Amino acid sequence: MAVSFVLNGKSQTVDVTPAMPLLWVLRDTLNLTGTKFGCGIAMCGACTVHVNGEATRSCITPISAVAGKKVTTIEGLSAEHGHPVQRAWIDVDVPQCGYCQSGQIMSAAALLAKNPRPSDSEIDDGMSGNLCRCGTYLRIRQAVHEAAKLREEPGAKRSSRPPGKKNPVDEGSKVASGNPAQMEIVAGGAE
Amino acid sequence: MTVATPKVTVPRLAKFDRRDFLKTGAAGAVGLVIGFYLPGSRAAAELAPVAPGASALNAWIRISADDSVTIVIDKSEMGQGIVTSLSMLAAEELECDWKKIRWEFAPADKVYVNPLFGVQGTGGSMSTRASWKPMSQAGASAREMLIAAAAKKWGVDKTVCRAENGEVINAATKTRASYGSLAEAAAKLPMPADVPLKDPKTYKLVGKPTKRLDTPIKTNGRAEFGIDVRRPDMLHAVVARCPVFGGKIASFDGSKAKAVRGVKDVIQISTGVAVVADNTWNAMEGRRALDIKWDEGLNASLTSAAISKLFAERAGKPGAVARKEGDAAAAMGSAMKKMEAIYEAPYQAHVTMEPMNCTAHVRADSCDVWVPTQFQTTSEGTAAKITGLKPEQIHIHTTYLGGGFGRRAEQDFVVEAVEMSKAMGVPVQVTFSREDDMQHDMYRPASYCRFSAGLDADGWPVAWNARIASPSIMTRFFGPGAVKNGLDESSVEGVSDIAYAIPNILVDYQLTEPGIPVGFWRSVGASQNGFFSESFVDEVAAASGKDPYEFRRKLLAKAPRHLGVLELAATKADWGKPLPAGRFRGIAMVKAFDTHVAEVAEISVAKDGTVRVHRVVCAVDCGRVINPATVEAQMQGGIVYGLTAALKGGITIDRGRVQQSNFSDYDLLRMNEMPQVEVYIVPSDESPTGCGEPGVPPVAPAVCNAIFAATGKRIRTLPVRAEDLV
Repeated sequence: MAVSFVLNGKSQTVDVTPAMPLLWVLRDTLNLTGTKFGCGIAMCGACTVHVNGEATRSCITPISAVAGKKVTTIEGLSAEHGHPVQRAWIDVDVPQCGYCQSGQIMSAAALLAKNPRPSDSEIDDGMSGNLCRCGTYLRIRQAVHEAAKLREEPGAKRSSRPPGKKNPVDEGSKVASGNPAQMEIVAGGAE
Repeated sequence: MTVATPKVTVPRLAKFDRRDFLKTGAAGAVGLVIGFYLPGSRAAAELAPVAPGASALNAWIRISADDSVTIVIDKSEMGQGIVTSLSMLAAEELECDWKKIRWEFAPADKVYVNPLFGVQGTGGSMSTRASWKPMSQAGASAREMLIAAAAKKWGVDKTVCRAENGEVINAATKTRASYGSLAEAAAKLPMPADVPLKDPKTYKLVGKPTKRLDTPIKTNGRAEFGIDVRRPDMLHAVVARCPVFGGKIASFDGSKAKAVRGVKDVIQISTGVAVVADNTWNAMEGRRALDIKWDEGLNASLTSAAISKLFAERAGKPGAVARKEGDAAAAMGSAMKKMEAIYEAPYQAHVTMEPMNCTAHVRADSCDVWVPTQFQTTSEGTAAKITGLKPEQIHIHTTYLGGGFGRRAEQDFVVEAVEMSKAMGVPVQVTFSREDDMQHDMYRPASYCRFSAGLDADGWPVAWNARIASPSIMTRFFGPGAVKNGLDESSVEGVSDIAYAIPNILVDYQLTEPGIPVGFWRSVGASQNGFFSESFVDEVAAASGKDPYEFRRKLLAKAPRHLGVLELAATKADWGKPLPAGRFRGIAMVKAFDTHVAEVAEISVAKDGTVRVHRVVCAVDCGRVINPATVEAQMQGGIVYGLTAALKGGITIDRGRVQQSNFSDYDLLRMNEMPQVEVYIVPSDESPTGCGEPGVPPVAPAVCNAIFAATGKRIRTLPVRAEDLV
């Protein structure tokens, strides 16, 4: 069955089993591997994406449920780390192994969109669905506060993808051994 | 805000080849490639100095014409920050511009073998311990070659030249040359031997909190973990494995699975029945449609209760002696007071956030394996054995590891991917579901420890007995010959090596194999044995009516590094000072992998028995610190890992199967349960030791000792259960 939706600002159509979770469509059909598989039962948050702006566990979301909706993944959150949450994550040096961090960042971005100045306990409430086995929770909490401040800086809104700028998904290659493509990552956001 | 993070480039690194080096060196394309033996190892001491052009070089530093400096990382990056730490060590001596640092993961090659392990691998909190000196020497030697090249270019004596921030400077003329412009000439010069290392007092980078090089690519989804590998024509697979350990396939019917959309084939491999499909979801759907009859084998009726009973029986008889000092039996006979206690800890799963996976492409004359592995040369050997190819025909591509904790020292996922690709003729990626990952682990061993202590008239211990019954990791991992005389040191570490001044000590071990596969789990034996020892020490202190901190302090008077962390943790935690109503403290200290860690936990116990950990104060002595930010993160992470095991659950066995399956019944510590954690580092000029694991062991006993302070109830079996504290 063909399902159409808007992925990271571009229309996308896939022909897969309607019950196939969005997670696997992203990862295996579209090769957008920034969204991670952790549990398959919405208990760890590694697969978190935004569907119409809401933090959503893509591992239990059938592709048929996103027909006509806007899906944003970590790859589409910003151009070059421009999102305040990504900038804060870099400032605070949050990740350790890094595997859960796409989901953490997507959850944090959705939390701040609803609650621009969360308290510690509101952060705990908003982020407790995201597991981190490395134990980066203290830095995550600090980075969410930091991101809240960055969002209020003049020009912060500009950073989500400047008009006319190519979708970063199209530009970026994955980074690791095994990938012959060289690429450069410029830290510090779009501005 | 300016982000002081450098540009990073991570191209693929081909297997280092001496002939390639000579070729490209002659052509001047790559620039400077530096190779060294690993000093500090027994092997290195026996070897002649490495002459330029000698074979079996080890390469860590490359400098390109654009001035970029590429560090070859021969350890696996699994969150412990080793990419950054090793780069810092090399960059410090090289005097290069930190912003110009790039890195690459090394291929599997004997030149990268860790001499402390005998394989190329990452574990045992050994990376910094093994690599700090060779990486420093790699940087220093490269720097001297660049200086020599500049001196030659300028026709001056090299003593008038110095290196600074990626340039060589002629002190007399102030002429400068960048490393990139010198690299080609430098690579043709002889490699100097025995270049002295910098005085640590002059360090500019090492010892300073430094941001991780890999943070940017871990915040935009671009870091490539094993599960993210995508190859042309790659198929995805899942495997149905016998739910009972030691069982095998009796028969199976794959016809319904083959009818599932996207399923390409159903094949039997050595670990079970594999369903190979066009994507992971279809492979999982295909697996659901499999019809398999298992021969469940000898463990079909095994239970956790039976395992516990077996341990108790075995612990009733003397075992292999792990430590004997004085005459514990005689001292016990004449002791004024005697105490006994039995402690138990369950199996634990590793539960890396990235489930096990591996991608392989087997061809007639080569095999590529993309794998988040902790043991590269073992993965290479595994693939060679299955394919019949030579090790040099196997290409191991180490990806980022979404957690390791010892699980990725195993090769089961490599076996599966290679067997499947060999059968299918295309690249195949095997992915474990979370259920597969949790139910087909090699677990932290369940363990049983029987203590007895004899005290003198003043309440000080004069006799100390500990007998452990548990499975042997070394036997499972390396085979039965790995353990001599029935003693696996890794099963008793944390009990046999306590530093308390007790005149008569006997520790022995009953190797007991119930049939559940066991493996290295973050901090290995010390993870449960630290809990045993530090809880029983606390019991003895309480029975003597002594403060648990002062009791330890007196018995550690002649162990300065133990004492150092104990006192630092206690001081920073305000030990002895009043706490808010309902809060209680507990203390513990464990040395693991030569790193000393003490932790003070501050807890409360709710009316329903729920334990809340509010604060953990951690003091660590790991010798000279490379990156304090990493030490802090590793201690925090170890505490979270240890708290999960202490408070959240364990792996239990029924009918030979693991009863837990996912985070619904084997949860991890979550953000709303995260205590405040403070990490303090003991200043030290000792050689650096590792931090990946030693943060784990003290937290369970610190918490349980605090529970005793709060409730008078002694937790002797983990995990802590609320119902026991009501």
